[in-house]
Amino acid sequence: MVEKQEFMINMGPQHPSTHGVFRIVLELDGETVIGAKPEIGYLHRGVEKISENRTYEQVLPLTDRLDYVNAMGNNLAYVMAVEKLAGIQVSERAQAIRTILAELNRIASHLISIGTQGLEVGAYTVFLYCFREREIILDLFERATGGRLTYTYFRFGGLFQDLPEGWVEEARDFCKEFLPHVDEYEDLLIQNPIYKLRTKGIGILNKNIALNYGASGPVLRSTGVSWDLRKDSPYLMYDQVEFDVVYTKNGDVWDRAWIRLEEMRQSTRIIKQLLDNLPEGEVQAEELCRYVVPEERSSYFAVESPRGELGFFLVSDGSLKPYRMKIRSPAFVNLSLVETLVKGEKVADVPLIIGSLDPVFGEVDR
Amino acid sequence: MGLKDAQKGPVMPAIHLVKLEKLFDWGRKNSIWPLPWALACCGIEMMATYASRFDLDRFGILGGFPSPRQCDAIVIAGTVTKKIVPVIKRLYQQMPEPKYIIAMGNCANSGGIFYYDSYNVVKGVDTVIPVDVYIPGCPPRPEALVEGFLKLQEKILGESAAEK
Amino acid sequence: MNERAICVRIEDLKLTLEHLHSEGYNYFSFVTAVDYPDHFLLVYGLVNTGKHEITFIETPLSKDKPVAPSSTGIWKGADWHEREVYDLFGITFEGHPDMRRMFLPEEFEGHPLRKDFQSDEVEKKPEDFY
Repeated sequence: MVEKQEFMINMGPQHPSTHGVFRIVLELDGETVIGAKPEIGYLHRGVEKISENRTYEQVLPLTDRLDYVNAMGNNLAYVMAVEKLAGIQVSERAQAIRTILAELNRIASHLISIGTQGLEVGAYTVFLYCFREREIILDLFERATGGRLTYTYFRFGGLFQDLPEGWVEEARDFCKEFLPHVDEYEDLLIQNPIYKLRTKGIGILNKNIALNYGASGPVLRSTGVSWDLRKDSPYLMYDQVEFDVVYTKNGDVWDRAWIRLEEMRQSTRIIKQLLDNLPEGEVQAEELCRYVVPEERSSYFAVESPRGELGFFLVSDGSLKPYRMKIRSPAFVNLSLVETLVKGEKVADVPLIIGSLDPVFGEVDR
Repeated sequence: MGLKDAQKGPVMPAIHLVKLEKLFDWGRKNSIWPLPWALACCGIEMMATYASRFDLDRFGILGGFPSPRQCDAIVIAGTVTKKIVPVIKRLYQQMPEPKYIIAMGNCANSGGIFYYDSYNVVKGVDTVIPVDVYIPGCPPRPEALVEGFLKLQEKILGESAAEK
Repeated sequence: MNERAICVRIEDLKLTLEHLHSEGYNYFSFVTAVDYPDHFLLVYGLVNTGKHEITFIETPLSKDKPVAPSSTGIWKGADWHEREVYDLFGITFEGHPDMRRMFLPEEFEGHPLRKDFQSDEVEKKPEDFY
C-alpha cells in the first residue's frame, strides 16, 4: 500500500541562489511545485522612517543603499522627485551627464543579472566575464564620483562636480570595446543550446497578469507590452536620443534574459550619441541647493530603473525634512509575481525563475 | 648560480622540524572556506572580490560553499536586521569549530548609516555572535576584504586549533 | 505622462477604483498612506498604459477606525502593497485574502511609520549630527 503525501521544502533565507535574503516555502508533489509562500523583510531597514528625520540632502546617501547595484538610478529618481517638488531647474550638460551615468549603471546592473543567471545553470565562466566588464564601468564611476558602489553624485540642481579630464574619451573607448563582449555573452550563454533548453518555456507570464500585478521593466516587456518610461514618459535627454524599446512575446525566463542583453546594446547606443554631443556649460545650478525647502505639497516621480518603474512619492510640510517618503520599488512588485510563476514548475527551475525577476533585496525590503 | 656557489653559502637545512599542530595551522591558514553571506550592498563587493579582477582564490579562499557545516568562517556582508538574527545564530551553531567571523562593512560592524532612527536594524553583528575581524567601509573596497582575510590568516597562524 | 489627482470619500473609494479599472486603468502602480495629525490619507497611483495617464486617488481615513476596502479583487498587484500599508501603518483592508505583516516579524509591536510610534530601541539622531 503506497500513501501519497505533499512535501514541504524551505528555501532561504540563507540560500545561494535567492539573490539575497529571501525565503520561499515550496509545497511539492514529487518534483512539481504546487504551492509557494514567499517571505520577505529580512533586510527591512526602515529607510522610509529614517528619511522622515533627515533633511532632503541627508536622505540622498540612503537611496544609494536601496538598489545597490543601480545606485545611480536611485539617486536619479530621488533627486528628480525632489527637483519636481521644489521646482529646481537643471542645466543641459548636467542632464546629459546624468543620462550617460544612469545608462552606464543600467549596463552594470544587467551584467550582474546575466552573470548570476549563468551561475544558476552552472555556467561559471559567464559570471567571470560579466564582472570583468563591470569593473571597467566601476573604474569610470570611480574616476567621476570617487565611489565604486555608492556614489551620491547627483545633487539637487545638478551634479556634485564636472566630469574629470579625459573621462569622455575613456567612456567612448569603453563603448567601442564593450559591444563585442555583448556578442560574447550571447554566444556563451543566451544562445547556448543547453541554456535555451533549460529556460525556454519556463516561468511563463502572460500580458494581462503582468499588468494586473503592476510588473514593470524587462519582466513586463517580456510579455509583449512595450512599456518603458524612457519612451512613454520621457525625462532627462531620452526624447533627444535614438533607441528602441526591447520587447518580446513569450514571457519566459529566456526572453527576460535576452531583453536584458539587448538593452545593454541599446544603452551603449544612447551613451555613444550623448558622448558625441555633450553640451557645454555649468553642471550645478547658480545657487548651490544645499538646503531644499519645498512648498507644502506632494509629488510623485518615476524613472525606468533596470528593474522597472522606480518612483518616489514625497510629501512636504514646508520644513527641511520630508514629511513622508514612499519608495515605489519595481523589484518588490515584480517579486510578488513569484507565487504565480513557480506554480506548476519543477523545483530545480525555481532559482532560475527567481533570478529572472532580478530582485535586489535592498529595494524589495527597503 | 651553480651547485658549487650554493655550497659556499650558509647551509640550508633540508628538513624543517616543527610541531604537527603548526603544520595543521599552516594548512588551515591557506585553505579558508568562508560561508559567503551576502545580506546587502557589501555582498555585491564580495562577489566582485571573488570574480575576475580581485580573485580571492589565489589566497586559498574558495567561494561558493553555502553550507555552514563545511565552512570555517562566515563573512557577514551587510545590514543585520532583527528578523535575520535567529537565522544567524542558528547558522553559527551549525558550524564546526574552529570558526571565525568577519564583519564586513559599517552596517555589520555597528549599524552604520542606519544606526540612528531605525527600528529594525541591529547595532552591530557582534551583539549576536563573536566577531574576529572587522572591516570598515560603506561598502569596503575589495582590497579591504582581501586585507581582512589576510588578517584572519595571521590570527589563525598565531593560535592553535588544538587549544580552541 | 499626464497627471491628475482625485479626492474621494472612503464610502466611494471602491466604486471609484472599479470605475477607473473599467476605464482602462490596467496598471496598478502603488498604494500608500500618509499619517497626518488628525487623519490618515490613503494614496493610490493608477496608470492607464493606453492613454499614458497617471491618476492619484486620495482618500482620508479616520484614526479611530482605520479600515479600507481591499482592491485585490480588481488588481492582484494590490496584495503586497496593502500588506505593506497594514504592516507599517496598521490600516486594515477588508476583503484582503491574507492580511499579515509584510516586512516585520509577527511579534513586532506597533506600526513604525505612524508618527506617534515609540520604541526604546530607537536611538534618536542628535540635532547637530551630520
